[in-house]
Amino acid sequence: MKIRSQQDFFSGLMFTAAGLAFAWAAAAYPLGSAAAMGPGYFPLMLGLVLAALGLLIMFKALVLETETGNRVGRWAWRPLLFVLGANVLFGLLLGGVPSWGLPGMGLVVAIYGLTLVASLAARDFRLGETLMLATVLALGCYLVFVLLLKLQFPVWPDFIST
Amino acid sequence: MELIDHLALGFGVAFTLSNLGYALIGCVLGTLIGVLPGVGPLATIAMLLPVTYALPPVAALIMLAGIYYGAQYGGSTTAILVNLPGEASSLVTVIDGYQMARQGRAGPALSAAALGSFFAGSVATLMLAAVAAPLTALAYEFGAAEYFSLMVLGLIGAVVLASGSLLKAVAMVILGLLLGLVGTDVISGMARFSFDIPELTDGIGFIVIAMGVFGYGEIIANLSRAHESREVFTGKVGSLYPSAEDFRQMAPAVLRGTALGSVLGILPGGGALLSSFVAYTVEKKVRLRPGEVAFGRGNIRGVAAPESANNASAQASFVPLLALGIPSNAVMALMIGAMTIHNIQPGPQVMTGNPALFWGLVASMWIGNLMLVILNLPLIGIWIRLLSLPYRWLFPAIVLFCAMGVYGTSHSTWHIWMLSLFGLIGYLFVKLGAEPAPLMLGFILGPRMEENLLRALLLSRGDWSVLVTRPISAGLLAAALLLLFVVLWPVIRSRRETVFARD
Repeated sequence: MKIRSQQDFFSGLMFTAAGLAFAWAAAAYPLGSAAAMGPGYFPLMLGLVLAALGLLIMFKALVLETETGNRVGRWAWRPLLFVLGANVLFGLLLGGVPSWGLPGMGLVVAIYGLTLVASLAARDFRLGETLMLATVLALGCYLVFVLLLKLQFPVWPDFIST
Repeated sequence: MELIDHLALGFGVAFTLSNLGYALIGCVLGTLIGVLPGVGPLATIAMLLPVTYALPPVAALIMLAGIYYGAQYGGSTTAILVNLPGEASSLVTVIDGYQMARQGRAGPALSAAALGSFFAGSVATLMLAAVAAPLTALAYEFGAAEYFSLMVLGLIGAVVLASGSLLKAVAMVILGLLLGLVGTDVISGMARFSFDIPELTDGIGFIVIAMGVFGYGEIIANLSRAHESREVFTGKVGSLYPSAEDFRQMAPAVLRGTALGSVLGILPGGGALLSSFVAYTVEKKVRLRPGEVAFGRGNIRGVAAPESANNASAQASFVPLLALGIPSNAVMALMIGAMTIHNIQPGPQVMTGNPALFWGLVASMWIGNLMLVILNLPLIGIWIRLLSLPYRWLFPAIVLFCAMGVYGTSHSTWHIWMLSLFGLIGYLFVKLGAEPAPLMLGFILGPRMEENLLRALLLSRGDWSVLVTRPISAGLLAAALLLLFVVLWPVIRSRRETVFARD
C-alpha cells in the first residue's frame, strides 16, 4: 500500500489519535442521556466523529492520486528548537522556578535571554547585532508596557527589588 | 430618527479626547505589527490584546477595533510593497498591487487601497448601525435550538472557506470544539481533560492557542523556508495621488467591492477572504475600458475592489457578533475572548443593556477608518522602512511580543509553557497542511455549543428532532446543508480549488 498524500495521511492519523484520546477520556465521565447530557456525552460524541473523520482522511490519502505526493518534508529542527526554547527560557528567567530554587530574574534579563536564543534560529546569527536588538527591545518594552501602560511585570531580579 | 439618535450617542462616546487617543494608538500599533510580513490580523490582535487590559471596557473595545483595522491595512501595505501577503485576505491584492509598485505606481496603489477601504468602511458602518437593531430583536426569538443551529451554520461556513481539503477543515473544527471543552464543565462543575493539573481546570487560554499556532507556528515555518528574496520598494513610492483617470477607474470598482463585502461579511463564516476573492473575480469580468491595463499587469481596479470588499466585510462581520453573540470568523472569535475578559458577554443584551458601549464601538469603527487614511498615507515612509528591516531582526521581536502577551494576560508562567506546546502543534499543522483558522472558531464555540445543545435537548426531553421542528432552527440547518452541498458540487468545487491554488 502506497501513501499518495503524506500530509493527508499523517493529519488523518493525528485526528484519529486525538479523537480516540478525547473519546476514551470522556467515557470515564458520567455520560447521562440525550435528555440529560452528562459531562461525557458531548465530548464522547465529538471524539468518535473526529476519529472517524481521521480514518476517512487516511483512507482518501491512500486511494486518491495526487500530483505532488504532498510530502511532509523535513522538520526545521533549528528554528523549532530555538524559537520554542527562547520562549521557555523567557518564562524561566521572568518568573523563576521556586521549587528548583531558581529566582525570577525579571523582565530585562528575560528579554536579553529570549532575543539571544531566538536569534540563533536564523542561519545568519550575528552576536553584536543581536545584543543591540535586545537592548532596543528591552528599552522599548520597559517604556511601553511598564511605564506607559502600567502592566504588572517583575522588571528586575527578585533579589535586587526586594 | 432612531438611527441618527443612536449614532449621535455613539459619536458622543467616541469623540472624547481619551477615546480618540485610544483609537489612534490602536490604529498605529495595529498597523505597526500588521505590516510585518507573515503576521495577519489574528496574530496582531492576539499580541496586542494585553495592552488593552488596563483600560475601561469602552476604551478597550475602541482600541481593539483600531488595532483590527490597522492590522488589515498594514497587511495590504505589505502586499503591495513586498509581494508577500501579510494575511490571506490580501492574497489577491498582491497580484495587481505589486505590479503597480514595480511600475513605480506604489503611491496610487496604496491610496486606492486606503481610500477604497475608507469608503467601504463608512458604508458598512452605516449598514451595521441600521441592521443591528432589527437583528437584535430577532435574536430574542432565538432559543437554545436556534443558537445551536446557528453555530453549526457558522462552523460550516468557516469550513467551506478554509483553503484546502474540506474534510481536514471539518476535522480541525471538531478538534477545536474538543479543545474548547478542556477545563471545568459549567453545567456539572466537573473538571474535564485536566489531568489533575490545577491550571488546566480553567481551560486552555484562547490567546495561548492563537499565539502558539498563528505566531510561533508561522515564524518557524517562515524561518525554515530557504532565504526567499524579498524585494522591497523603498523610496520609489513617488506621488501618492492617483490621477484623474485612476479615479475614474477605481470609483465603480470601489462601489462594487463595498456592496459585495457588506453582504458577504454578514454571512457566518464569510469574511474578508471570500469577499476579496469574489470582488477580484467580478472586476476581472467587467470589460476593460480602452487604454486600461490588463489584470495581473497592475490594474488599479484589482487593488481598489478587493481592498474595499475586505474592509467592508471586516466591518460587516461585527453584525453577527454584536447582534447574536456568534463570531463569524476567527478574528471575531478573538474579539469575543477580548470582550469576555472585560466582562462583556457579546450578544443582543449588549445593545439594550449597554447602548453607550455598543454605539460607541460602532462610531469608533468609522473613526478608526478615518484615522487610517489620515495616518497611513503620510506615515507610509515609516512602514516602508520597517518592511526593509531584515527578518532576523523582526522575528525575535515577534517571539518576544507573543511571550509577553501571554504572560501579560495571565501573570503565570504556566501559560508560557503551554505557548511552547501550541507553537509545536502550530508547526505540525503547517507541516500537515491543516488550516488552523477553523480550529480557533471551534475552540471558542465549543462550550457554547454544548450548553445550547444540552438545553435544547433538555426541553425536548431528549428528542433530537427539536432541531428541525422549530422553523428558525430548521432554516439555519437547511442553510448549512445548502452551503455544504454548494461546495461539494463538482463545478464550484474545481473553481474553489483554483481560487485557493495561489495559497
